[in-house]
Amino acid sequence: MTPLAALEKAAPVRPGGAADAVDGVVPSWVAAPASVADTAEVMRIAAEHGLSVVPRGAGTRLRWGLPPASCDLLVDTGGLDKVIEHAAGDLVVTVEAGLTMDGLAEVLAAQGQRLALDVPLAGSTVGGTLATGAWGPLRLRYGTARDLLIGVTIVRADGGLAKAGGKVVKNVAGYDLGKLFTGSYGTLGLIVEAAFRLHPLPAARSYVTCEVADFARAQTVVQEVLGSSVVPSAIELDAPGVGAGGPITVTVLIEGVAAGVGARAELVAALLGAGARADAEQPGWWGRYPDGPTLLEVTAPPAALADIFAPASPALAALGAVGAGVRGSAGSGHWYVGVPADAPAEQAAELVTRLRAAAAGHGGSLVVRVAAPDLRDQVDPWGPVPSLPLMRRVKDQFDPGHRLAPGRFVGGI
Amino acid sequence: MSGTLAALAERFTGLLGADSVITDPARLRTYECDGLTYHKATPGLVVLPGSAAQIAAIVRACAAEGVPYVARGSGTGLSGGALPRTDGVLIVTSKMRRIIEIDAPNQRAVVEPGVINLDVSKAAKPYGYYYAPDPSSQQICSIGGNVAENSGGAHCLKYGFTVNHVLGLEIVTPDGEIVQINAGDAGYDLLGAFVGSEGTLGIATKVTVRLTRLPETVQTLLAAFDSIGAAGAAVSAIIGAGVVPAAIEMMDALAIEAAEAAVHCEYPEGAGAVLVVELDGPVAEVDHQFAEVERLCQAAGAFEIRIAADDVERALIWKGRKSAFAAVGRISPDYIVQDGVIPRTALPVVLARIDELSRDSGIRVANVFHAGDGNLHPLVLYDDGEPGAGERAEEVSGKILDLCIEHGGSITGEHGVGVDKSRYMARMFTEADLDTMQMVRCAFDPAGLCNPGKVFPTPRLCGEVPGRRSGVHPLVEAGKADLF
Repeated sequence: MTPLAALEKAAPVRPGGAADAVDGVVPSWVAAPASVADTAEVMRIAAEHGLSVVPRGAGTRLRWGLPPASCDLLVDTGGLDKVIEHAAGDLVVTVEAGLTMDGLAEVLAAQGQRLALDVPLAGSTVGGTLATGAWGPLRLRYGTARDLLIGVTIVRADGGLAKAGGKVVKNVAGYDLGKLFTGSYGTLGLIVEAAFRLHPLPAARSYVTCEVADFARAQTVVQEVLGSSVVPSAIELDAPGVGAGGPITVTVLIEGVAAGVGARAELVAALLGAGARADAEQPGWWGRYPDGPTLLEVTAPPAALADIFAPASPALAALGAVGAGVRGSAGSGHWYVGVPADAPAEQAAELVTRLRAAAAGHGGSLVVRVAAPDLRDQVDPWGPVPSLPLMRRVKDQFDPGHRLAPGRFVGGI
Repeated sequence: MSGTLAALAERFTGLLGADSVITDPARLRTYECDGLTYHKATPGLVVLPGSAAQIAAIVRACAAEGVPYVARGSGTGLSGGALPRTDGVLIVTSKMRRIIEIDAPNQRAVVEPGVINLDVSKAAKPYGYYYAPDPSSQQICSIGGNVAENSGGAHCLKYGFTVNHVLGLEIVTPDGEIVQINAGDAGYDLLGAFVGSEGTLGIATKVTVRLTRLPETVQTLLAAFDSIGAAGAAVSAIIGAGVVPAAIEMMDALAIEAAEAAVHCEYPEGAGAVLVVELDGPVAEVDHQFAEVERLCQAAGAFEIRIAADDVERALIWKGRKSAFAAVGRISPDYIVQDGVIPRTALPVVLARIDELSRDSGIRVANVFHAGDGNLHPLVLYDDGEPGAGERAEEVSGKILDLCIEHGGSITGEHGVGVDKSRYMARMFTEADLDTMQMVRCAFDPAGLCNPGKVFPTPRLCGEVPGRRSGVHPLVEAGKADLF
């Protein structure tokens, strides 16, 4: 039996087209299984025929990482969109991976609850959010997907189904495969179900914003808020178009009971200094990636903010007409840099090298999440990874044939 | 002592000095068990290294000789995770107790694995910070052990577990290499896989932990109820109201009786159950929510509510709860501390079933638990002097775990699987689940020498280990696996 004939018995299959391209690589076939069992069968058949496989949720981050070295089969998880169980009294939800984050939020909000994970890209799915380890402002207080994920079901490279964790928050039985799969870009297996711990929706929110002159001053106010006891949910920095002389803003999110949020917001405003204002609505840029076809992610301790970005300000400003934009969780030490379309690739590559070295000086790192096409062959998107040999061994165990999202991850994994 | 171990002892003496290598049988027996004394094995050899480089050298020597090794911190574990091997080396981290750095601006500390949990908080306190995970043994347990077990504590309901508070590790891999794994690294979240792997993927030699700002206020109340059911209803009402307390702890009448006998905590007389509820955070937030918690406890039928006016009164409220495990020794000569988890909403039905089990078997069960997250700690009481009582207690204890699984919970919330519960893993997970987890084990430790026999009921054969196999596979030799 041909691979196509075999696949068709398990799920609707069609030939891949240009619209299905994963970062330029057009898959031979696209399968859209309607259930977890069918997904497992599709993966088993793919294994039997030695097909390379790339999973796709809503396709919002297909340009993250590197293009796959090969893609015989694209597995579209859109059919896996069920809420399996929302145990509101236990603050736990179990869903299929193809469900959109927005759809999930709607279900939870009806019970006054939320998954405390930001959704930087509208329409993205639970599975894609997990696979790329996406995060936003709330990471300061609630952590990232790996901290909120309590159970996971995956389809292995050989088509076997396996789960780890469960549907209780407190659980130390067995290895935590959920964390290993979070941010693994589909290279270890296909995430089909996920269970999360939930939080009550806050009754009130306040966004307290101030403008600062430079990165040094930004760091000072961030440190003031971190060192206080107001318990912010997020401390964000936004420096759009560093070259255009635009303002740098720091915005602090306070969440809680209505009676307390006002008083806490006043405390924050006092820490931020004269001119700080509180607003019930979030700023327009909140939780979105900075503009530009190239997106860098810089990780370093929060007190390294000025040390990393202040000396790089001229270089950031020189990128294109308006310069690069910096935005992110200044409170936790994770920032995005958006490089504009009109920036020359050589300059962008120099910036990557420079910021990577600065972050490394503080024990941090820089990853090129999305690279404009002309920047691709000029930079190593991942940078040095000290534990790469161990990662290769993990990959070899989970996917000995190197068929799952081949080449998309660190070190060519 | 085997010839191989004797040769290793000589080598390690050259490496560490004679006072850091223990071969004397009487002294070796000091290390025969951890906090779970039911399982005992005298280690073949004990070493007390002082650095990561020394641990790496020890691991390399063990790997070369095919000798198994086990890491141990303070030995307070409750699942036999640090149970030594009679044919192996026990690597004790108690000499590695330096707090290397408190970095307040970056809200983190770097410590060696032997550092005591509470000492991190003490060192951070002058800066206005503390280390949030607070296992009951925090006065003696080590950070390295916490990392291995992914330890929790009463306050993890709000603040999460060890894994949510570790930012980076330096580890010695089973290859004997020193490797950094950090939260911010590109690539797989090896840190997330390592924390909670119960010492089976390597040995942590340096730990970077997150420090948490000390809360502006802490408020604690003790509420007494006629029954477990009423106390459980109060817990549901509090969580349902959108309050996330720092801790909600429950004790039943038998546990209260034991605590009273042991530490005279003077909990309200005649209580069928007590709740300890603690809120912390900004004053503006906590004041409002605390009033609501008090109201909800009253509405659920609390007949007495005590509010701690200061730290002394707070300590008094916690005293009964924190002493509960040891206290049952006052009302029973022997007992098993069980650790299981259920969805919080299943609490009433599971507690009723435990009560049934207790009546049917004649084995008393005292209940102490983290009610907020459904983490039960039933204390199964028995008298070893009574023929068959130990077996019956063990049976009741096992059936409680079955109840947890039946209700969609877990066989362990914080004590770990260790050697004690590996036989229950197959009840909670399928063969494929366990096989898949062990792919991680095979990636890190294909030879199966790093804390073997823990967590998994049956080891997975990892295939050929390039250039590192000599003679019979150690698992086959140990009679634990057959090659087909």
